[in-house]
Amino acid sequence: MKFSAISLFANALSGHKKWPSQFPNKEPKKEYDVIIIGGGAHGLGAAYYLASKYGIKNVAVLEKGWIGGGNTGRNTTIIRSNYLFDESAALYDHAVDLWDGLSQELNYNVMFSKRGVLMLAHNVHDVQSFQRHVYSNRLNNVDNRWLTPEECKEFCPPLDISSSRRYPVMGGALQMRAGTARHDSVAWGYARAASKLGVDIIQNCEVTGIRRDAFGNVEGVETAKGYLKSKKVGVSAAGNTSVVMEMAGLRFPLESYPLQALVSEPIKPVFPCVVMSNAVHAYISQSDKGELVIGAGTDQYTSYSQRGALHLQEHNLMSICEIFPIFKRMRMLRSWGGVVDVTPDRSPIVGKTPVGGLYVNCGWGTGGFKATPGAANMLAYTIAHNEPHKINAPFNLDRFIGGRLIDEAAAAAVAH
Amino acid sequence: MLLIHCPYCKEKRPEIEFAYAGEAHIVRPDAIAQSEMTDEEWSKFMFIRNNFRGEHAERWWHNAGCNMFFNAIRNTKTDKFVMTYKMGENRPTKTQIEAAKK
Repeated sequence: MKFSAISLFANALSGHKKWPSQFPNKEPKKEYDVIIIGGGAHGLGAAYYLASKYGIKNVAVLEKGWIGGGNTGRNTTIIRSNYLFDESAALYDHAVDLWDGLSQELNYNVMFSKRGVLMLAHNVHDVQSFQRHVYSNRLNNVDNRWLTPEECKEFCPPLDISSSRRYPVMGGALQMRAGTARHDSVAWGYARAASKLGVDIIQNCEVTGIRRDAFGNVEGVETAKGYLKSKKVGVSAAGNTSVVMEMAGLRFPLESYPLQALVSEPIKPVFPCVVMSNAVHAYISQSDKGELVIGAGTDQYTSYSQRGALHLQEHNLMSICEIFPIFKRMRMLRSWGGVVDVTPDRSPIVGKTPVGGLYVNCGWGTGGFKATPGAANMLAYTIAHNEPHKINAPFNLDRFIGGRLIDEAAAAAVAH
Repeated sequence: MLLIHCPYCKEKRPEIEFAYAGEAHIVRPDAIAQSEMTDEEWSKFMFIRNNFRGEHAERWWHNAGCNMFFNAIRNTKTDKFVMTYKMGENRPTKTQIEAAKK
């Protein structure tokens, strides 16, 4: 069934009680051409692009819980591509290119809203480093421009730009193409579109082992629903990547940390864009439901528990109240934690592994949501061609041996 | 917030007094070993981590307390500490970890 104004009208007449389910809950077949481990938006997207762009339709996505229940449903939905280095700018801007028009392509409203991301500068160092970012982005054809404090205020009226503040606003870098999207819709949209092309989405199916043949190449995976054959396996398991890779005898340069975020009670539209402040250490936007969506840094210790400590939320909210005193009396509604896989250089790993037939998309750390379509397409391309695309080629695993790190740690919006 | 038993202070203190200091028992090769190491071996020492989902040996620093580093075994699924022990002591064996759980 295609979503359209007509289908919406027809279903309104029957009280919205006759909408069909979006995709079937499949039981696994015995053999697939490609198996994707991890049913988040990255994994579902990879399956969709394999089927739609690269002509491989006998694909299964294995998810140990429910689709989109991991980091896809546990982020702050911010999308931007104003990264410093050429490699990162190309990768993240490719994702933004795909975000554009994703709703039409999937026939599913992912609510991508280009409301702009404003990064505030509070001191001379911020001003210099953000202006450097602006120039570097322009050289890479990534939109980003410098705003004076007055222009910041005009763009985001809740800002207080008076110079008497403890952390005065000295300007900001604005990416207009950036914004937010609805996270669940991204997972559901990809799942529905992939399923329509013949991809099997198998939930509650944890992978417990990876089988390799006499030459060391992948020949299948052991799962909670039995053994499934496949010569190509793509791992897109975010925080659990180290655990899955250990099944293939590989150790990875990853550490998994909890990253928390929280939302306030819903209020009327007050906040038109996304604002990030590295120096005061928080970021904020308002969802279409009206909740303020707030986030900051990771917890200090590694963990797979999907929850973090309360004092981090306190720190986070203190920062928000420092920049936006108008939110001081807001009440917080809920908070959550995801498990983010962080690499030593804070850039992802997308490509081949030392094991034949095993591909990986991991290490997105605290910034994976924005890259969803790009990461998915790059993983799909690499699996289909057995070679990385030129955009994801620099993000290989070998860079940790050769020393060609893509050190974006300093370029993150908020230090983690 | 975690409650962490400092083996030097011999009491449980809140997490804000401590700083996490990464995986434990990663020994830095001495100068001679370093001169003979390949890039692969150096990369393993520098970047590759166990990142266990389960019992994980890690270093903590009581920086707002006694200022000492110590090691701990913590379950990364539940965040519960199994045991903490002083710097320089060997990594606990499986039997020691099981015993500490009781």
